[in-house]
Amino acid sequence: MIAAIVRWLDERLHLDGLIAPLRHKTVPTHRLSYWYFFGGITLFLFIIQVLTGILLLLYYRPGANEAFESVQYIMTRVQFGWLIRSIHSWSANLMIFTAFVHMFSVTFLKAYRKPRELTWVTGMLLLFLVMGFGFSGYLLPWNTLAFFATKVGTEIAGQVPIIGRPMMIFLRGGEEVTGATLTRFFGFHVAVLPLIVVILIAIHLFLVQLQGMSVPPKVEAEWTANPSARREMKFLPNFLLRELMAWYVAIGVLAALAAIFPWGLGVKADPFVSAPAGIKPEWYFLFMFQTLKLIPSKVWFIDGEVLGVLGCTLAGLFWLLLPFFESDKPARTRAWITGLSIFALVYVVGMSIYGFLAN
Amino acid sequence: MASLRINLRPSLAGRSRWLAGILVLAASFAYGQAVNSCLDCHSGQEGNLQVTPEKFSQDIHAQKGLTCTSCHGGDSSSYDPDQAMSRKAGWKGKVDRKQIPQLCGSCHSNPALMRTYDPSLRTDQLDQYHTSVHGKRLAAGDTKVAVCVDCHSVHDIRPPSDPRSTVNPVNVAKTCSRCHSDAAYMKSYGIPTDQFANYSTSVHHDALAVRGDLSAPTCTTCHGNHGAVPPGVDKVQNVCANCHVFQAQMYQKSTHAKAFQDKGLPGCVVCHTNHGIHQPSDVMLSAGPGGVCMRCHAPGDHCDRARASILNGLTQLDQSIGSADKALRLAESAGMEVSEARLSQDQARDALTKARVTIHSFQIALVDQDIQVGMKIAAANRKAGEDAMVERNHRRIGLGICLIAIAMMLVGLWLYIKKLES
Repeated sequence: MIAAIVRWLDERLHLDGLIAPLRHKTVPTHRLSYWYFFGGITLFLFIIQVLTGILLLLYYRPGANEAFESVQYIMTRVQFGWLIRSIHSWSANLMIFTAFVHMFSVTFLKAYRKPRELTWVTGMLLLFLVMGFGFSGYLLPWNTLAFFATKVGTEIAGQVPIIGRPMMIFLRGGEEVTGATLTRFFGFHVAVLPLIVVILIAIHLFLVQLQGMSVPPKVEAEWTANPSARREMKFLPNFLLRELMAWYVAIGVLAALAAIFPWGLGVKADPFVSAPAGIKPEWYFLFMFQTLKLIPSKVWFIDGEVLGVLGCTLAGLFWLLLPFFESDKPARTRAWITGLSIFALVYVVGMSIYGFLAN
Repeated sequence: MASLRINLRPSLAGRSRWLAGILVLAASFAYGQAVNSCLDCHSGQEGNLQVTPEKFSQDIHAQKGLTCTSCHGGDSSSYDPDQAMSRKAGWKGKVDRKQIPQLCGSCHSNPALMRTYDPSLRTDQLDQYHTSVHGKRLAAGDTKVAVCVDCHSVHDIRPPSDPRSTVNPVNVAKTCSRCHSDAAYMKSYGIPTDQFANYSTSVHHDALAVRGDLSAPTCTTCHGNHGAVPPGVDKVQNVCANCHVFQAQMYQKSTHAKAFQDKGLPGCVVCHTNHGIHQPSDVMLSAGPGGVCMRCHAPGDHCDRARASILNGLTQLDQSIGSADKALRLAESAGMEVSEARLSQDQARDALTKARVTIHSFQIALVDQDIQVGMKIAAANRKAGEDAMVERNHRRIGLGICLIAIAMMLVGLWLYIKKLES
């Protein structure tokens, strides 16, 4: 029956021709191949985000007077609403986590080298955008923590010289975080960001398809010295089936997190109360937040916060352009970039833990 | 008088008056201050006669431009004691205690004059004072009773809104206690002197002095400040109704109101006492220690049964709210969303508070009505908590089934891959 349907479609759409490139695609097999899965898992989590996000849209109402109540309604009244919302929230966090893992694995495996600079750049832009997804989505339930986290976050953005203040007003939809900010963030979260992300994902996947999987320089050198050691597996179906297994594991982890630790709702935001003591941003912004906290209020004649924001922006820009600092000879790599990558990983993890434990 | 004048001129002794006058004028010109010979001399005096410029500058009257001569008369521009304190210059000397209310009233009872300083100030203090026990006794010649300066202090009188003022709400009780807690001073009046000690243990003192709630009552709230009792209150014992409106309305309609009146019992005070009013609790309804009903009622009578019924209802509601809280806390700790029920718990607590107010009607049916409202809400909230836990268990079972299916799928895929690659 299924075979008949596939044959019927193939006669009309030439499906075989469409997936032919995938049939020819191979994936290098070596001791570090498992890092390849994280890109696919991140993509899978994004698909879950889109699907659960659409379901949440059926009930969510943006607006300072309705947002919290609508999420509460989803959590308590809508059949399996709690599950959809919990999966959406957990999946968002896992997606950012796997995107970071993917980014660092690409860094350490030197997969960004020529000719994959653009794949890296689109990947980094996607990482920034998923963090933007996290930031804009965090406000949508309109609870106290989200309200003040947005207030602090947009205030930090406002510290950027010259464009900071107009940018803060643009983000907030005014001088303060209000219902206007919520509707604006909702717009970014469900329309602007998804559109850009889908386009970038398409380019990113196209480039991966075009250039194939990168092989780490050390493995590449071993294979050049001993061509018989080269191993590859077919993308379709061998690699895809393994990826499918990883996706199933991701579904299991998500289901367990949603069932055992349902995502909380908190207390409805009240702009007239003072901020809760020790308020912190979401974990993926903690390393930057803690960095800003540690910088003195004045460094020489420069305002500490301005210096911190500028530093983070420049570090982000440098990271975005990392492949262009690498040697253009595929067999040779620059050791200082590896050292810097280790430092970046230790710094991000260390500062996040420090930020989590700090009062 | 002669010795006082000698005391006031030691620094000038042996010097010519014109030289002193020039020096003082030069000094005051240099500092840009008006001459006030009273303060210059009295700042060097001892005891009651000492008034320093620092102290007087704190006085609201000084800040409004009044000087020593405004009350005491005399000529403050002269450094000659004979001239400064001459009767010709209107010097009154130390104001007689009996004359103090009248002296203060000469300004404070003048609406036209007071309006120039603060239009919101009352001008009936003197009239009120005449109706008070203090005022009546003073008129009868008892100079031990309080006059204006005893409460408001003298030469450093601050507005009542100033936290350092002796008549600021937070300080009033202490000010009254200076006389009313002095057993020796009060001996001749034959009234108790434990009011301040009792008040210090009361819920009202706690609210005012500890929590800083300036709306909480102090001595003058019930007893009045200048007059005997606050306006509109015929007896001090009825003053509770000014704040505890609903309790008073219930009580007025109750059988107790008439019974207490007939027996000459002082209303609220019978059960709650007066100065040492503690936080009321349901224990007051018990038949054991802390209970107040059985002081008058006999065990087993109709009222005792009503008391037991009301106490039982309140205890049940209190316990129901407690068990609903417990169920909701448990559900919350399991990550379940029960915030609506949490919010609704406030309604149950409101019903309990209302029932405790309705007790003052002493009607079982009315109290029971409020209790039942609270019981219904608490029961629903408890059910919401328990349902959430049942739901949590369902989720875990669902998760288990889901994980088994995923594990089977993974094993199947792995076997398929192995088969494919072999």
